[in-house]
Amino acid sequence: MAKRDYISLLIFALLILCFPVFVQDNYILTVTIFAAINSLVALGLTILMGYAGQISLGQAGFYGIGAYISAILSLNFGLPVVFSMFLSVIVSALISILLAIPALRLKGHYLAVATLGFGEIIYVILNEWGPGGPSGFGDIPQFSFLGYTMSTLTEYFYLSWFFVGLCMIFSMNLINSMAGKALKSIHDSETASVCIGINVSKLKIKVFVLSAIFASLAGCIYAHFVTFLSPSTFSLHYSILVLMMVIIGGMRSLWGAVVGALIITFLPEALRGFKEYDILVYGIVLTLSLLFLRNGIVPLIEDLFRKKA
Amino acid sequence: MGDTEIELSVFLQFLFSGLTAGAVYALVGISLNIVYNSTSIINLAQGEFVVLGGLGMWYFLEHLQLPFFLSFLLTITVAALLGLLMERLTIRPLIKKANLLLMIMVTIAVSILLKGLLMFKFGKDPYAYAPFTEGEPINIFGAVISQQILWVIGITFSLILLLNLFFNKTLLGKAMRACSLDTKAARLMGINVSRIVMLSFVISAIIGAVAGIAITPITLMEYDKGAILTVKGFTAAILGGLGTSKGAVFGGFLLGILESLTAGYIHSGIKDAVALLLLLIVLFFKPAGIFGSKEVIKLRKL
Repeated sequence: MAKRDYISLLIFALLILCFPVFVQDNYILTVTIFAAINSLVALGLTILMGYAGQISLGQAGFYGIGAYISAILSLNFGLPVVFSMFLSVIVSALISILLAIPALRLKGHYLAVATLGFGEIIYVILNEWGPGGPSGFGDIPQFSFLGYTMSTLTEYFYLSWFFVGLCMIFSMNLINSMAGKALKSIHDSETASVCIGINVSKLKIKVFVLSAIFASLAGCIYAHFVTFLSPSTFSLHYSILVLMMVIIGGMRSLWGAVVGALIITFLPEALRGFKEYDILVYGIVLTLSLLFLRNGIVPLIEDLFRKKA
Repeated sequence: MGDTEIELSVFLQFLFSGLTAGAVYALVGISLNIVYNSTSIINLAQGEFVVLGGLGMWYFLEHLQLPFFLSFLLTITVAALLGLLMERLTIRPLIKKANLLLMIMVTIAVSILLKGLLMFKFGKDPYAYAPFTEGEPINIFGAVISQQILWVIGITFSLILLLNLFFNKTLLGKAMRACSLDTKAARLMGINVSRIVMLSFVISAIIGAVAGIAITPITLMEYDKGAILTVKGFTAAILGGLGTSKGAVFGGFLLGILESLTAGYIHSGIKDAVALLLLLIVLFFKPAGIFGSKEVIKLRKL
């Protein structure tokens, strides 16, 4: 990792540690926990889009698989939560491999539509065969580790952001490794990457699986934090929201995922008056940011700082 | 009636409902192909134009009580204008960058924008209007076929015929085909490529809207049906071979019939899974589709 990565992580850790000390409002804490969960999903998609040049419109599917499997394993089979989360992430990773191998053999559109279809199908399956059907199910055990069960918002705040930090460190290492450099070259030119001996499709599959792992981990945290699941959380709408987080935050920057997730998670709260028309607002924001702010917010801020320095 | 006769009539019933859905998938597939051939972009907002057709027709016909043909013309005009605006405002400024990811994202953005506009105007309720012609349904071997189904299938084949004439007999159509084969050569021959791109968006918007107008009396239409229609249309196009029109027609009907048989004989809930399963199978074993060739796909710009 580069020096500025350590500095940014340090600032991040300080902000997270201090936040609950200064903000005790339950409502804001809850929304911030959701922002952390969304950050995890967005981080996976950022690496997939910004570094491998691939797109997924099915992240809600992996998010849903993660949440449902972990919830069912811990609720119906009495597995310890940590163990059920682990198993659920493994299953999601396996499913993502099955999806990636045929879809990634070809170029962008195939993956976009295949993942879009995948997300819709998971949604249909959760509605048809998920416990409780469309209305969902509750009483999912809360997160517990070594016999200690988490119940307060502050604990979940630290837990969710701890996972964000962990995945962030992992991602930074990945980006700075040889694999990361290969990924960047895929984004710039697939043909050139193949020519210098990079196994492009294998790398694309790995990154796709990684994005699925992050999404399902986020789903697990969601399930054991909210303790209630229904399919509507995992519809195409969520995949689109994650896409917006990545684009608005800036897909060439890992911190862009966190910034984008914070903005998009707090946006509906700011737009309470527009509740009925949120899709329209999202559409306008996304279109305008693609036309005029193509690199996203974080690179824009970085540029500003660089100019001042 | 004997058991076999009942079975036959049930089968025919499923077959015809499959043909109806398949006609729409075929039309969406064809319109995806038209844009793809001129730009190498899959317009992920295509499904929204189908929704726009159905809801727009309802608005002019039922809400404003306009005559049928006027409503029809107004609806496709609105769709054509939106297709034109989409191309002018979002595709044209970005297409020079030749960045596939960016183009995918911008068509998604437009699809959300259109969906938002439709919800803003029509809310979340499903809409429908009376079939094009009144009258008794037709009875074929015990299967009951409503007249609207015949309309949908008839309109689909007329459109395919018209497009065939357009692409093969008119100068403009030939110019569009030239662009899809080789943009640079077409430009050298004096074809205004950016106008062709615009035209392809307008034509595909109109085809989408017509599909929506025809299907709405049967299936109802609501603001959020666009995405799934895009997926189905894309599957149809891939099944037959991306870029080939007869492929999209074949793929559309095949998908429609398989879905309908799955819903009828296996389980109605997994109907939507058929498309993805077919899509993955084709991508795995014959990515170029049934009528397409690998070389064609490799020649694409993006």
